[in-house]
Amino acid sequence: MADELVLLDFWPSMFGMRVRIALAEKGIEYEYKEEDLRNKSPLLLEMNPIHKKIPVLIHNGKPVCESLIIVQYIDEVWRDRSPLLPTDPYQRAHARFWADYVDKKVYEVSRKIWTTKGEEKEAGKKEFFEIFKTLEGELGDKPYFGGETFGFVDLSLIPFYSWFHAIETFGEFNIEAECPKIVAWAKRCLQIETVAKTLPDQKKVYEFVGQMRKRFGLE
Amino acid sequence: MAEEVLVFGAWGSPFSRRVEMALKLKGIEYKFIEEDLTNKSPSLLKYNPVHKKIPVLVHNGKPVAESLVILEYIDETWKDHPILPKDPYERANARFWAKFIDEKCLSAIFKACWGACWGEEKEHEKAEIEHEKAVKEVSELLQFLENELKEKRYFGGETVGLLDIAANTIGYWLGVFEEASGVELLTREKFPKLCNWANEFVCVTAIKENLPPRDKLIAYFRNRFGAGNASK
Repeated sequence: MADELVLLDFWPSMFGMRVRIALAEKGIEYEYKEEDLRNKSPLLLEMNPIHKKIPVLIHNGKPVCESLIIVQYIDEVWRDRSPLLPTDPYQRAHARFWADYVDKKVYEVSRKIWTTKGEEKEAGKKEFFEIFKTLEGELGDKPYFGGETFGFVDLSLIPFYSWFHAIETFGEFNIEAECPKIVAWAKRCLQIETVAKTLPDQKKVYEFVGQMRKRFGLE
Repeated sequence: MAEEVLVFGAWGSPFSRRVEMALKLKGIEYKFIEEDLTNKSPSLLKYNPVHKKIPVLVHNGKPVAESLVILEYIDETWKDHPILPKDPYERANARFWAKFIDEKCLSAIFKACWGACWGEEKEHEKAEIEHEKAVKEVSELLQFLENELKEKRYFGGETVGLLDIAANTIGYWLGVFEEASGVELLTREKFPKLCNWANEFVCVTAIKENLPPRDKLIAYFRNRFGAGNASK
């Protein structure tokens, strides 16, 4: 029986990108449905009534929500190819811990930078560097967070790279100057076909964020 | 080969109790190290330098932090009495609700019990409105859990699973917060299934043996956060 897969998503969402990369890594076909987040579809509200957020993966009519939960689901269902998580329990726990760290820290601090001004913005920038310095520490000398190959933590973090140009322009700072290792890691990830094909153009994201800022009265 | 399992935790924390509950369910022996959270030990800071928090599980010298990450590690390492289902969809569901409890429920519950007392606004009327909003929010969140439980004995089905353990905050600590602050949230009329579940949950041996004494916990929270929103 053929699998039916629908992904409810929003093109600049880092969380949606995670799922798109996972599906691409596994070579899975699916139907992509773009959501207008200011006018959410009845399908989205039906499939994620609790959070009303994207991404939602609908597999044979059954919804899975929350990006990292979706990625693990994909990894467990299509377990015969391109593993996204390591097999060893300790390494899996390590990967989950760092993906959880990215979830808890990176989105909020990024948002703080492009939605605030003055002192709050400066505080956001300082926090941003602390968080990315911690991530650089975890990366160490490895080519990827997953070691020799692109893994769960890499997948959870790389979508934010498509937002870097927007964040550093509106934040008025240079990310590569402060966090060269992270940028080098990101460029390495972009050599991977599935990542390169999934991540939107940084300029496009920058324009999108510019529009959002106008709407928030920041421009 | 001898195994060494350490748990760094705190007697009153639902998060560190989760780890102990899972280990007890699986019959794993461990050594518990009580942390003074106002004076964290060098060991804790060494094992969890990123968050500097409890709980931390140390298995043969290797640390695992974050209670839900630890629960999955425990389940993958010790296969007896599995706490996650085999089916990927049901696993995703359990993870979703555990995350929901941690990210949404606790902060809402705290706000409803102690929110307006903490904050800057001590003006009575404003505090009242904020309090009512917070109580309504908790009610909506608990309704989701009530609906998720359906006719099951436990969230995990016939036996206690990861989601039941993660819901220990609802199953035991919520009642403690209610009594400490005087705010009623988990009422039998509105949430009969959840109340039944909570009663069953605290009777399970591995759970019962890992609940901190109720009076001591109530006194602790009253002391720490004040007498709560209902004491006007």
